[in-house]
Amino acid sequence: MAIRRGRGVAAINYPTGMNLGGDPTQALVHSTPTGNFMVTLSSVDLGQGMKQIMAQICAETIGVPTDRVVVDTADTDTGPHCMGTFASRGTHRAGNAVIQAAREARQVMLEVAAEELEVNASDLETDGQGNILVKGAPQKSMSIFDVALSAHFKRGRSISGRGMFLIPRSYPEKETGAMKPSTCYAHACTVAEVEVDDETGEVTVLTVKNVFEIGRALNPKMVEQQLVGGSWMGISHALYETTEPYYPNRDHGGTDFNQYLMPGLGDLAETEIIVLERPSADGPFGAKGPGEMCANPQIPAIANAVFDAVGVRIDALPITPERILRALKAQAAG
Amino acid sequence: MAKVPVQFTLNGSEKAEFVESGTTLLHALRDKIGDTSPKGGCHQGTCGACSVIIDGELRLSCLTLAETCNGADIKTTAGLAEGGMLHPLQRAFLDAFATQCGFCTPGMIMAAKVLLDRMPNPSREDVVEALSGNVCRCTGYEPIIQAVLTAARANSQNAA
Repeated sequence: MAIRRGRGVAAINYPTGMNLGGDPTQALVHSTPTGNFMVTLSSVDLGQGMKQIMAQICAETIGVPTDRVVVDTADTDTGPHCMGTFASRGTHRAGNAVIQAAREARQVMLEVAAEELEVNASDLETDGQGNILVKGAPQKSMSIFDVALSAHFKRGRSISGRGMFLIPRSYPEKETGAMKPSTCYAHACTVAEVEVDDETGEVTVLTVKNVFEIGRALNPKMVEQQLVGGSWMGISHALYETTEPYYPNRDHGGTDFNQYLMPGLGDLAETEIIVLERPSADGPFGAKGPGEMCANPQIPAIANAVFDAVGVRIDALPITPERILRALKAQAAG
Repeated sequence: MAKVPVQFTLNGSEKAEFVESGTTLLHALRDKIGDTSPKGGCHQGTCGACSVIIDGELRLSCLTLAETCNGADIKTTAGLAEGGMLHPLQRAFLDAFATQCGFCTPGMIMAAKVLLDRMPNPSREDVVEALSGNVCRCTGYEPIIQAVLTAARANSQNAA
């Protein structure tokens, strides 16, 4: 009987969004009377940072500082349609819709400025600081604040735009069954090191080293936060979480979250995160969805590390001490 | 059921309420007084989201009866900021991206405050021990540990 050490590796592809009859998200963007911009969505910010990312995307597209954008989310009574926050789809789907809506609003904004400055709208550019300039003659300029006042009080224009991003439904080919159920794959690879006590069946994760390829990281610190938390959650899925801990009979299952195990502060593995940025062709500014993907590669990596350590394949989750001991017993019985 | 009077100090100001006997402090704070910074997670003392400081001790407000708090000095995360300036722990949690959905954050900060009040320069192990009664679903804990250690360093630099 001994503590045995093992190392496992796993790599995954992970889709962004899904396709059960089409995957749409809509966005509306409009200027306030003083030239701030409002993004209206039905998408939900669960804490993952949807509001921050949508503000960045809208600001970048219109050409204003991010703090000039307010994002209103999650009122499905009054907001434009969104399929929801799941399947790592928020940044990709809502982001594309916001870009489309912001472009339309930007075009109206430039048309109003063009009338005021007596130039063509195509000769105008934004400086990212809240001003519209004539290309090549930046001394001729106008603040977006003044453009908004002009639009609303003088020109009778609404500086606004509509955005709609739809991944259409994909039907399987009759002959082959081939279809495109999802789009825009993110990728990840994890190497996990574990110790397995072959007397008690307990697994201790020593290290997890993760590489995530997530398209462009629109907000690198928030991406890192998501990936660090996700890596921990992957360990939790692999070794702890189940609604029926250890017992085959449902009557012995947990009745509330007190019996729903997760690793705590004392159970942390040494964790390393590396981000690779390979901008996606159809993502907003090249982004993919890192949300759920980041909690997946640890699971097969740990299963492989357990196999490397004690030579048994556990093909059910979580990898509990009981499952390991049963497998070791079966292995010994040969 | 007859209501009972309770009177205590919350974040420096006097509070008086009539509550039904058996009302938890968590319920009294959130639904009677309107301080929603303590969160109701499990309501049975295992998740730490409802943590508050009573007379200098870390307590679970979901397991504390309001009527036992007469005369007590109670502190919650809502009372930490002073004059519009965030408490060093709040600042450190923000800077370290140590909060995501935010539900566990007030309890984490209360537990960390009791630790730093007693032990201004804790080790990583001290932080892990002090916060081990608080669960978090989003962050993977590491950013929280780093935030508490950063706040401790900021405090000791200010004191020096």
